[in-house]
Amino acid sequence: MEAAIRSERAARGRERASRSHHEPSFVRKYIFSTDHKVIGIQYLLTSLFMALVGGSMAMLVRLQLAWPGKAWPVLGAVFPDAFRDGVMRPDFYYALVTMHGTIMVFFVLTTILSGGFGNYLIPLQIGAGDMAFPVLNMVSYWLVPPAIIVLMAAFFVEGGAPGSGWTAYAPLSAVEGSAPGSGLGQTLWLISLALLMVSFLMGSLNYITTVLNLRARGMAMLRLPLTVWALFVAAILSLLSFPVLTAAAVMLLFDRHFGTSFFLPEGLVVGGRALEVSGGDPLLWQHLFWFLGHPEVYIIIVPAMGIVSEVLATHARKPVFGYRFMVGSLMAIAFLSFLVWGHHMFTSGMHPLLGTAFMTTTLIIAVPSAVKTFNWLATLWRARIRFTSAMLFAIGFVSLFVTGGLTGMVLGSPAANTYFHDTYFVVAHFHLVMGSAALFGVFAGIYHWFPKMFGRLMNEGLGRLHFWLTFVGVYATFFPMHFLGAAGMMRRVFSPQVYGFLQQLEPLNVAITASALGLGLAQFLFVYNFGYSLFRGARAGRNPWQATTLEWYAPSPPPHGNWDEAPPVVHRWPYDYSLPGAGEDFVPQTAPEPAVVLAGGAPAGGAAGGGEGA
Amino acid sequence: MQAETRPGADPRPAADPQPEAEGRGWGLITGVTVALLALGALFTTLLATGRWWLPPVASAHGAEIDRLFYTILVIIGTVFLLVQLTLAYFVLRFGSRPGTRALHWHDNRRLELLWTIIPAVILVALTTMGGLVWARIHTAPPPDAFTVEVTAEQFGWWVRYPGPDGVFGRTGPGLITRQNPLGLDPGDPLGGDDVVLLNDLRVPVERPVRVFLRAKDVIHSFFVPELRVKQDAVPGRTIEFWFTPTVRGEFEIACAELCGVGHFGMRGKLTVLSPDALEAWLAEQGH
Ligand code: HEM
Ligand SMILES: [Cu+2]
Ligand SMILES: [Cu+2]
Repeated sequence: MEAAIRSERAARGRERASRSHHEPSFVRKYIFSTDHKVIGIQYLLTSLFMALVGGSMAMLVRLQLAWPGKAWPVLGAVFPDAFRDGVMRPDFYYALVTMHGTIMVFFVLTTILSGGFGNYLIPLQIGAGDMAFPVLNMVSYWLVPPAIIVLMAAFFVEGGAPGSGWTAYAPLSAVEGSAPGSGLGQTLWLISLALLMVSFLMGSLNYITTVLNLRARGMAMLRLPLTVWALFVAAILSLLSFPVLTAAAVMLLFDRHFGTSFFLPEGLVVGGRALEVSGGDPLLWQHLFWFLGHPEVYIIIVPAMGIVSEVLATHARKPVFGYRFMVGSLMAIAFLSFLVWGHHMFTSGMHPLLGTAFMTTTLIIAVPSAVKTFNWLATLWRARIRFTSAMLFAIGFVSLFVTGGLTGMVLGSPAANTYFHDTYFVVAHFHLVMGSAALFGVFAGIYHWFPKMFGRLMNEGLGRLHFWLTFVGVYATFFPMHFLGAAGMMRRVFSPQVYGFLQQLEPLNVAITASALGLGLAQFLFVYNFGYSLFRGARAGRNPWQATTLEWYAPSPPPHGNWDEAPPVVHRWPYDYSLPGAGEDFVPQTAPEPAVVLAGGAPAGGAAGGGEGA
Repeated sequence: MQAETRPGADPRPAADPQPEAEGRGWGLITGVTVALLALGALFTTLLATGRWWLPPVASAHGAEIDRLFYTILVIIGTVFLLVQLTLAYFVLRFGSRPGTRALHWHDNRRLELLWTIIPAVILVALTTMGGLVWARIHTAPPPDAFTVEVTAEQFGWWVRYPGPDGVFGRTGPGLITRQNPLGLDPGDPLGGDDVVLLNDLRVPVERPVRVFLRAKDVIHSFFVPELRVKQDAVPGRTIEFWFTPTVRGEFEIACAELCGVGHFGMRGKLTVLSPDALEAWLAEQGH
């Protein structure tokens, strides 16, 4: 048995050697590469670029909300079609809101967490040489740039980009002429999303297969780092939910171009024009959209939770508290997230009993979320924290996740939701819990794994400054939005000046915009640090953070095939930090048990690490 | 068989990434920041209640919604402060110190069950409370309710009163013209006395008002902040809801669901008046 495995591994090693024998061309190596690390970095850079695009759109939106009707001659000169005499036009405003949401949710947070970290980390952390389907993986990435081009093209076609919001509610998104941008722009939006969904589908199949089949010897499921668990669970969520949105997008395309009426009821009169449609239901779109949409928010936050668990443990020099509960709560969240979509539709006129059912499932999902939060806190208790940039962002994540998650209790209660639905209270909720917390997870991950990816450390001084400005910035920007919502300010208003009851909110809106601009500017510190460290950062070595997981066993950056020596063999769970009696305050997963025989007989591997198979 | 190079055996990297970061000074700064942000959140919320907050409630069920909201707010506010301050304290207290190690402690079934069960209990309470209020505001409207129909259209609110006969006339989308925006059937005698107005809804105070809500084109949402009323208007459906205004005066009807380029200006007027004044006004409209 042992011999068989050894000879198999030797064969694999030979194969690797022969593969790296002839250097692949530049194009095969960095552009159309099948190497999971290159693909991960491609996803990462693409998403960061899109974050700049989506973030700039948010700045324009905030300018308008603080100073509606003000003339911006410079902007008017740059975007002649979007501004009239320097004043932003409402159709452009709605296009910005729609594209900002679409880009941030799908082309930044989903692509960077699942695509970027998923690709980069899964094979390395499970001890594999690459993904299960490297070519599929490459195709999955290369669907993203076309999707982006199709999406951005919407700005340049007749009628402009769609203005129906990232949720694209029908009939607004189904009937041409119901809004500017509801022509070709909306069609391009749908095609772009359909492309992206296919890409996510390929990606998630790949992640699931890889985690199930390519784990290194000794890497039992219950020895997987929590990052891998989280990415695995998110992939299952994607696999089950994205096809539903793809189907919905295709149905909507049919409604728009081929005369069906899935989402269009009889008797529709738009702009005085009676439509020849019948039999459809606009709420069907909402059900299909949110059946994806709610799991989607967890597809985003779950990998961020995994990253944060990993970063907290490493930089606190302490095992993650409650590994099994952490895995269990991930699964519970994933399962429940398919049963709560109706909480986005409490005011749609659904039967009150259905509202009660969705309230119940929604509030249940808060229990596993609470368990995770308390386990993170317990991880910090009697830790020895190193305040690196990665760690600071992980701490910030916990704070923001709590702040944003708690207002879910208000929104999840349908009677209270009646007042707060579609107000800035909701905007505050999801920008804190999804926008900011997930972004903090991303930053924690980048500061943590940058040395592995590029072999150099990021500048810690700049990183910490970036953290302080961003942490204070997101609170200053998004927390006061609760007050706007409490005062009744609706989402997606082009100007809050029309209504009497919104007039008094002006100073608050100005303050929020000022914070948002500061927050946006602070991100250039990160851009600078990233670019600078790429070329000038201090050399990292294999394991700069003295971490336990397998990726730190590889060189930085890892070569093609990942392992310069024999592929790793796993002997213990991933969180043996500060093990009493061990020589150092961390014991890598590759360290064999006898290497840390303990004098006092204290538990060595830890409860969750015991046993080969699980 | 074992790989000789273990990461643990690696020399420390050339540049130590966190020399100063290991001190407790950073813990102090970070912990204090988390705590200050949490207290700042509390403080600004208290300040905001005086100025940027829910407008005074003007309906019977609205008072119940407010009570529910404040109950939830106190609960989540307490949890918010406890968790954030604990986080702040741990960060402040447990910075790395040379020569010492963290506690190797990672499982405690008791504790974990405790913090599974306590949130579960709180959430059962919240669910029950929320469910009761939700059920109460969705009972059938009282039979003596004052009845109107509201039809949303890009970008305004058509209001129809049934007239003296108390019955709405038939409508059909095929009959809609510029002059007949709701498509009233001229052949239906019951519709002859219907009164149709744009963006002008008047209802009696202290009497249940029952609304039949419809939409002609896309989804809109009928929102009156003071009444704590928000109901989507969905094309193809007639959605019924009711409320009892308790305060006389003029209020704004806002559209709360993105409905196109004029969404932000889809403003209607709601006037709550005494039943007598309303009767007199309605009689005038009939002519
Ligand atoms: C912890 C428990 C949570 C509860 C009970 C909860 C509840 C809700 C409810 C009821 C809504 C609907 C609000 C409305 O439109 O009226 C909502 C909206 C939203 N939530 Fe949460 N939420 C929770 C956590 C999260 C998390 C973790 C995320 C993302 C990472 C998230 C992301 C969102 C987003 C994006 C929306 C708004 C979507 C839109 O309308 O554009 N929520 N949440
Ligand atoms: Cu949701
Ligand atoms: Cu509207």
